[in-house]
Amino acid sequence: MPLNAAYAGRQYAPDAPYVVGREKIREFADAVGSTHPAHHDVAHARGLGYPDVVAPPTFAVVIAQRTEAQLITDPDAGIDFSRVVHADERFTHHRPLVAGDRITTVLHVDRVIERSGLAMVTTRCELYALPAELPDDVAPVDVTSLTDHVATVTSTLAIRGADA
Amino acid sequence: MSRPELADLVVGQQIGTHEVRLDRARLVRYAGASGDLNPIHWDEAFATRVGLPGVIAHGMLTMGAVVTSVVDWVGDPGAVLDYQTRFSAPVPVPAAGDVTVAVTATVGALEPADDEAAHGVARIDLLATCDGQRVLTKAQVRVRL
Repeated sequence: MPLNAAYAGRQYAPDAPYVVGREKIREFADAVGSTHPAHHDVAHARGLGYPDVVAPPTFAVVIAQRTEAQLITDPDAGIDFSRVVHADERFTHHRPLVAGDRITTVLHVDRVIERSGLAMVTTRCELYALPAELPDDVAPVDVTSLTDHVATVTSTLAIRGADA
Repeated sequence: MSRPELADLVVGQQIGTHEVRLDRARLVRYAGASGDLNPIHWDEAFATRVGLPGVIAHGMLTMGAVVTSVVDWVGDPGAVLDYQTRFSAPVPVPAAGDVTVAVTATVGALEPADDEAAHGVARIDLLATCDGQRVLTKAQVRVRL
């Protein structure tokens, strides 16, 4: 099934919150080989002015990937994941992401194009920290209540055609 | 360690080099830590069947690993404002042994603080190669200085 061009411009509702864990930051930092003490040592991070350990620059992909699954696993979108190649990725940090952050993410499908056997999908995840008064076990309903904008993650997937 | 100062930098200046060594165990570790369980990063038969030369590294592992030297140089991971790249070639990872990605970080642009910007920004450009081939293009890190 070809890529569904009608998905271009689609915006999803905020998703169920992701709570950023201290051990998850340490585990991810170890996996990419980032030994900077601000990822591992709470006292060091506090010395730099942060409330807890700071996520590595690409950590937000863990959250974005979970949000992007709403599109990738949607059969109507027509994305054959076995033929997907990652084309580009960008993280814009509006403020540092730290352990303890409770993040809800709004997924946008910015672009769907298909040319000469190669299809490309560009998604944009807007990560927001939940306001303190909102619970983190349910997706927030009102997108306008989200004002603590933490990061923007943009990703392009290329889907190779059957004979490309 | 003292932090770099914008005024001490010049465009074109090399700020460091390092090597990232990737083996299959590292890919499995990144798969678990990131949640990206795509079998092209750990299952040789699957990777070959979908037309790849073999198991390849997660582009996001390469992207995450090559930036670590910039974080160490700037001294504060919270100073990274923006980081982008295009993935221009896969990094095949052999079943035995490892593969090396060579990284060179260079000052690409400088934006001093002014009336509109409260802090300066340095753009650090990363050159990442594997066996002489560029695996990332337009790999740019904007850091607050």
